Amino acid sequence: MNDAILIAISALDATLRLSAPLIFCAMAGVFSERSGIVDIGLEGKMLAGAFAAAATAAVTGSVWLGLLCAVGVSVAMALLHGFACITHKGNQVVSGLAINILASGLTAALGIAWFHRGGQTPSLVADARFSSITLPGADAVADIPIVGVVYSELLSGHNILVYLAFLSVPLTAWVLYRTRFGLRLRAVGENPQAVDTAGISVAWLRYRSVICAGVLCGFAGAYLSTAQNAAFLKEMSAGKGYIALAALIFGKWRPAQAMLACLLFGFLDALAARLQGVDLPLIGEIPVQLMQALPYMLTVILLAGFIGRAVAPKAIGIPYSKER
Amino acid sequence: MSQKRLPVWVDIVLIPLINVLLAFVVAAGVIFLIGESPIEAGKIMLMGAFGYDEGIGYTLYYTTNFIFTGLAVAVAFHAGLFNIGGEGQAYIGGLGVGLLCLALDAWLPWYLVLPLAIIAGGLFGGLWAFIPGYLQAYRGSHIVITTIMFNFIASALMVYLLVNVLIEPGAMSPETRRIAGSTTLPFMHDVFSAMGIEIASSPLNVALFLALLCCVFVWLFIWYTRWGYAIRMIGFNEQAAIYSGINTRRMVVLTMCISGALAGMVGINEVMGAQERVVLDFVAGAGFTGIAVALMGRNHPLGIIVASLLFGALFQGGAELSFEISTITRDLVVVIQGLVILFCGALAYMVRPSLERIFKRAVAEDKS
Repeated sequence: MNDAILIAISALDATLRLSAPLIFCAMAGVFSERSGIVDIGLEGKMLAGAFAAAATAAVTGSVWLGLLCAVGVSVAMALLHGFACITHKGNQVVSGLAINILASGLTAALGIAWFHRGGQTPSLVADARFSSITLPGADAVADIPIVGVVYSELLSGHNILVYLAFLSVPLTAWVLYRTRFGLRLRAVGENPQAVDTAGISVAWLRYRSVICAGVLCGFAGAYLSTAQNAAFLKEMSAGKGYIALAALIFGKWRPAQAMLACLLFGFLDALAARLQGVDLPLIGEIPVQLMQALPYMLTVILLAGFIGRAVAPKAIGIPYSKER
Repeated sequence: MSQKRLPVWVDIVLIPLINVLLAFVVAAGVIFLIGESPIEAGKIMLMGAFGYDEGIGYTLYYTTNFIFTGLAVAVAFHAGLFNIGGEGQAYIGGLGVGLLCLALDAWLPWYLVLPLAIIAGGLFGGLWAFIPGYLQAYRGSHIVITTIMFNFIASALMVYLLVNVLIEPGAMSPETRRIAGSTTLPFMHDVFSAMGIEIASSPLNVALFLALLCCVFVWLFIWYTRWGYAIRMIGFNEQAAIYSGINTRRMVVLTMCISGALAGMVGINEVMGAQERVVLDFVAGAGFTGIAVALMGRNHPLGIIVASLLFGALFQGGAELSFEISTITRDLVVVIQGLVILFCGALAYMVRPSLERIFKRAVAEDKS
């Protein structure tokens, strides 16, 4: 019995760790897409951020400088996206795709040229990584059944970025629903003409939104290379940005729901690792690949309107031009 | 406001050329950043791609794939659909080609299998595009998102099939058994040596001719058939298309099927040609390169051939480059690909206003 609880807790523990980068990216997507800018470049920004964080941390030994660089690089790519989509009214999907491919190529090319390790950055020592934090009183309550175990094993002992990821959700929700900027951001994603008529710059609002997205993707990248792993590995984002995009749609472009979707997809990921080669009663062995494909399949089914309806922001993907 | 007309040649030739040049200038900057000479790198790439017969063979072999995927993206573009799923459609198409060849290779020679393989690859690739197309047309889900998702689903499916089902019994690596030699497509070096000309061996095979045929087919289909007209009309103005009585939903599904079938032809070149079996990840990003190719080639078969040749040369030259200069790898080509998508796609009209100003001034000076 106790064993079962411990296994369940370890799976949930892994879920939190695997969901963290998804949540950062999904919140980034909330900012960008609610303002009307399609962001399939989450993946690329995260990957570029991961490289910047690991490279900086490896050279300077400072994990915080690494995080700063990750955010800087990710914001730079977000600005490029903005420059193409907002200033030049380019196709947002094409621009996002360009960013993904650029990030994939640049991180590998620069990594090999600078570090000569086949695209990997040098492994980080413990000081140059985000280490796990023990929450106050975790050791004291560890012996209390269930509540104590949940607190000490599940909630305590993550690195600071995991906590920040979960903090980013209420923060995003607050900005989106409780601030003037958030109101305008949502308005510009639904009806940019109205916002323009009110004398507010559509372009500047959207630029600020994509910058917010860039910051959050930078955090996700730093998490991958300096918290979850101890180095940058080629293509280490491995489709997580697209999963986050799926979670964003699955959560109907709302912060709390998107987080739940991220947790679901993170849980599937954690489960896939644990079910590998395990024969389940009645069903038999579930192929790992099925578990890996499940987030994508669920999103397709949701988008097709078979489980609820996901309605995108109205002005999404349409460049705004004044003269009409 | 910005409707001041530019001469046609500026729109078709000059602007794409400037955009590609911009992409290469930035790529040169990246090489400079790495600490190598861009000019030297360019020379090595050019020599590697066109300098000797083996290099040319490889260049044209890559070109073949890019023509297929480029055409796939272009056909969808004409209907205003952005098919990012070429990668998955090519992968599944290759599965169809592989299954057919493995089923028939004991009995039939390649020239009898080829038409069937084209149908199988087209069916499988087309089916993988049919679902997103159907969901877009009838269920209102967005084609971009569903095709992205289908790439991942295809990849998971193929890993599962190759690891668990199709793997050659007793083999270690996840791939099918080899297709019998009589059923695989003849390599170009074999064709040439049969005619008495010896050239170095390369994976280039007769699928190149199929690619060129597909270009002719797409050109005729898009510009000289009723369906092609309907597709262009939907892309140009969907409301008008509906108003003129075109069943836009059916056309969207049909366009996606054709697009997927074209992507599936990569399977002919790879599975029936170069690899002679179904291997893991044989598409190797060609689906995404197809997007760059279609954008650069302005969705016209001629432009696609030129752009495919450029990217084929880049991939082959890039391989050569990584032999010659240890700090540069083929990833640089991926960077160039990203830059081409950025400048020819997302920033396609960046230079237009400045060009319009220049031409306006030139015209004004002519008059004075």
